[in-house]
Amino acid sequence: MTRWLEHHLPKAVLAPSFLAVLVFVYGFIGWTAWVSLTRSKLMPRYEIDGFGQFVRLFASPRWDTAFGNLFIFGLLFVVISLVLGLLLAILLDQRIRVEGVIRTIYLYPMALSLIVTGTAWKWVLNPGLGLEAVVRGWGFENFRFDWLVNSDMAIYTVVIAGVWQASGFVMALFLAGLRSVDQEIIRAAEVDGIPTYRIYSAIIIPSMAPIFMSAFIVLTHLAIKSFDLVIALTGGGPGYATDLPATYMYAMAFSRGDIGQAAASAMVMMAVVFAIVVPYLYSELRPRHD
Amino acid sequence: MTDFSTANRSMPPPPSRMRRTGGVKRALLRWLLFAGLGVFALFYLMPLFVMLTTSLKSLEEIRTGSLVALPRTVTFDAWHTAWSQACSGIKCEGLRPYFMNSVLIAVPAVAISTMIGALNGYVVAHWRFRGANIIFSLMLFGCFIPFQVVLLPMARMLGLMGLAGTIPGLIFVHVIYGIGFTTLFFRNYYVSVPGELVKAAKVDGAGFLRIFWSIFLPLSLPIFVVTIIWQFTQIWNDFLFGVSFSQAGTQPVTVALNNIVNSTTGVKEYNVDMAAAIIAALPTLLVYVVAGKYFIRGLTAGSVKG
Amino acid sequence: MPPILDIRNLYKSYGTTEILKDINVTIEPGDFLVLVGPSGCGKSTLLNCIAGLEDISGGAIHIGGQDMTDVAPKDRNIAMVFQSYALYPTMTVAKNITFGMKVRGVDQATQDHKLAEVARQLQIEPLLSRKPAQLSGGQRQRVAMGRALVRDPKLFLFDEPLSNLDAKLRVEMRTEIKKLHHNLGASMVYVTHDQIEALTLATKIVVMKGGVIQQIGTPSEIYNRPANLFVADFMGSPSMNLIPARTQRMGETTQIEIARPDGPPLVLQDTRRPDLPADIILGLRPEDIGAPGFRQGPLVQTSPCRVDVVEPAGADTYIVAHLGGKEVTARFHAETEAQPGSPLEFAFDLTKAAYFAPNSGERLN
Repeated sequence: MTRWLEHHLPKAVLAPSFLAVLVFVYGFIGWTAWVSLTRSKLMPRYEIDGFGQFVRLFASPRWDTAFGNLFIFGLLFVVISLVLGLLLAILLDQRIRVEGVIRTIYLYPMALSLIVTGTAWKWVLNPGLGLEAVVRGWGFENFRFDWLVNSDMAIYTVVIAGVWQASGFVMALFLAGLRSVDQEIIRAAEVDGIPTYRIYSAIIIPSMAPIFMSAFIVLTHLAIKSFDLVIALTGGGPGYATDLPATYMYAMAFSRGDIGQAAASAMVMMAVVFAIVVPYLYSELRPRHD
Repeated sequence: MTDFSTANRSMPPPPSRMRRTGGVKRALLRWLLFAGLGVFALFYLMPLFVMLTTSLKSLEEIRTGSLVALPRTVTFDAWHTAWSQACSGIKCEGLRPYFMNSVLIAVPAVAISTMIGALNGYVVAHWRFRGANIIFSLMLFGCFIPFQVVLLPMARMLGLMGLAGTIPGLIFVHVIYGIGFTTLFFRNYYVSVPGELVKAAKVDGAGFLRIFWSIFLPLSLPIFVVTIIWQFTQIWNDFLFGVSFSQAGTQPVTVALNNIVNSTTGVKEYNVDMAAAIIAALPTLLVYVVAGKYFIRGLTAGSVKG
Repeated sequence: MPPILDIRNLYKSYGTTEILKDINVTIEPGDFLVLVGPSGCGKSTLLNCIAGLEDISGGAIHIGGQDMTDVAPKDRNIAMVFQSYALYPTMTVAKNITFGMKVRGVDQATQDHKLAEVARQLQIEPLLSRKPAQLSGGQRQRVAMGRALVRDPKLFLFDEPLSNLDAKLRVEMRTEIKKLHHNLGASMVYVTHDQIEALTLATKIVVMKGGVIQQIGTPSEIYNRPANLFVADFMGSPSMNLIPARTQRMGETTQIEIARPDGPPLVLQDTRRPDLPADIILGLRPEDIGAPGFRQGPLVQTSPCRVDVVEPAGADTYIVAHLGGKEVTARFHAETEAQPGSPLEFAFDLTKAAYFAPNSGERLN
């Protein structure tokens, strides 16, 4: 009896978590998928109605903006964060004495809530009293930096704040990667008289492909889920200019009372995340038979 | 777990990578390097600096002075207001009650999700049974879903459970969506514990729980620190669940901060906004400053699975 | 008295992969059984099955006459020493040794008494308050042994306990384990991939390959009468020469012809007239080939062979020649003067010669 219990205890320990994941992740995804196929409005209805919600979604100009913004924001955010992160990591890798301090400075934004980040940048970018005023105060009377309230440019302020928050993290990832490159290989290259920049471009950076991959995945994932930052920085505005799928979904679900649209937009987000994460996870989990 | 922390990396004195470049050129490069690093440091520090100085200025000085200037007269009025009087929506009780809400949410949610993660990780790493791999993959996968996809059903579920708009409801949500990561953390740490240790303990007569208690727990301090910090940062900084599943009175600090900043009643008090933002950020900043090494380890472990 | 360990028709598989196939082993009290084979042969799995750390898929394991199928490891009256020593890293040496007693609820006085006894026996008294990380490899090994000894079990199980030690320490510990076995009179099952360890320690050897037992026997039986090509090749160092040859019945003798790259084939006579097929593989250990006169007897025959390589090894010199398309190693005196490329007289002693079937690999004589 005790042996039987002992034998099944591990399963019993894992079971509640497994059930929770089954219900609250997969069950809920199923629910949302179902509802996205119905005519639910203020209250969920469960009669399947086909892809009407998705047709409505992609016909909506607001979603059009939000979905387009996802690609503008996502692309710029990911690329700039990667490039900046790598650059900072290489600069920091030069055996400088104050490395610890500088690393701490670069990385602290990652500890902040995106709401705090948004609030801070909203103030810094405030056209009347922020950076614009500072530069004008220096004598450049015609300087304009009103991206925050400019419908065409506002999405780029989200990029700025996002990069500010996440690039230090990318730096930390890359720095760890740079440091884990086999030192003997580097020494061998130095003995061969290969210049420093060639050592980086030909040996170190290519060996960090997996880290690029991880950083890319994390950043894309952050970009797609971005919600807090937009809410705090621009509130989706001016107008709908900085809406992202995440804010669109939230607006439909909680302020517009359009559950069908909310579910449909959530499913599209899900599809985008899966398109990126599934191949990654699959390749990561595959060779690990332990 | 692979130690990705860069903080405790020993730095042997191998030749500097820039040594072969000549003396003057080298000095110039060095100077450029520091200039570059300095400019970026300013970029990262500027918003914090601006927040801090703004929070210490009077509204009058904010309107007339420069954003980047130091306060002429330091005043803590804005901090007082932010803490106990600032208005979010119709109530004007400052951040304090919401700060307490966040504490009440974060502490139990971190504790529960970490304990569950430790046990799960122990099972997944050392007590494999048929299907354990699939269960783990499914849990891991759950970490990656955009939470928007569960917002609607979760809202209804909390309603059914009678937890809608309550702090226990938020604790529940954070625990549910936290165990994927905590399990991953502990699993990655525990797989590096040799399986022979478990076998030896079995031969010694210890069972499942005894082995966990006597052998694994004493080994686990570092991973507990990493996991607790990670979970605390996640939960404290959460906004999406907070704004979706709370109601007036149970909102966490991030939601209250956003409400204060965006409240349209009365004069816009930028100094109060900034003080409130700093207050909301303080706990996680503090954790970062005190235990940065573990914070980084959590970040890297969360993305570069071990 | 029932055998200490009795394994009958044991099968073990993971899914569709069979790891162990029809294993039958019996040992008597006081036996030192060594399971030896290349990595992946299933020897460690077999040990884990005996310990109860792995479930078996078929057959039965009896310890001291009792069926162990549903008995937990802790109730099998065994102790085990692991390859990595598996010392509990957060416990002191003393706690490591007494942990099992503590779990079983042995009273403190007995614990202290037994700890002191084992510590004295293994000379680890000064280490008792240290943590495993503060110990050298050899010391950890001793502590791991202590943890097993304190149990006073019916059966000791060792899973490659010496493979993490350096060469010198390994020889020392080997001697100590042998002494321990002698002093305790205990029964042991010992897994290793090192055939020298097997030959030195065992009273009984089980040679395994691919989950199948190849041969069971005393060290001398295994060494002198290997049951098949695998055992012949695996046991012994330098390993047995396995030379393809053709045979012919010639009246009172059997003639064995071995091709040589230069000149006529080498012809040996076995006067015992073994009944052999036309194609065989001749197994001859290097010590059974040497300088003319190195041994006397009716089955010793000499022939000149061209020297390929000369390998002085201190006490002996090994000389390699090409015979039957194989490199054949012979053991000569250390002082042997030989030049690669020039001919040398080799003497072949067929007294212990083994003949194998080329296809099945089974022994023919």
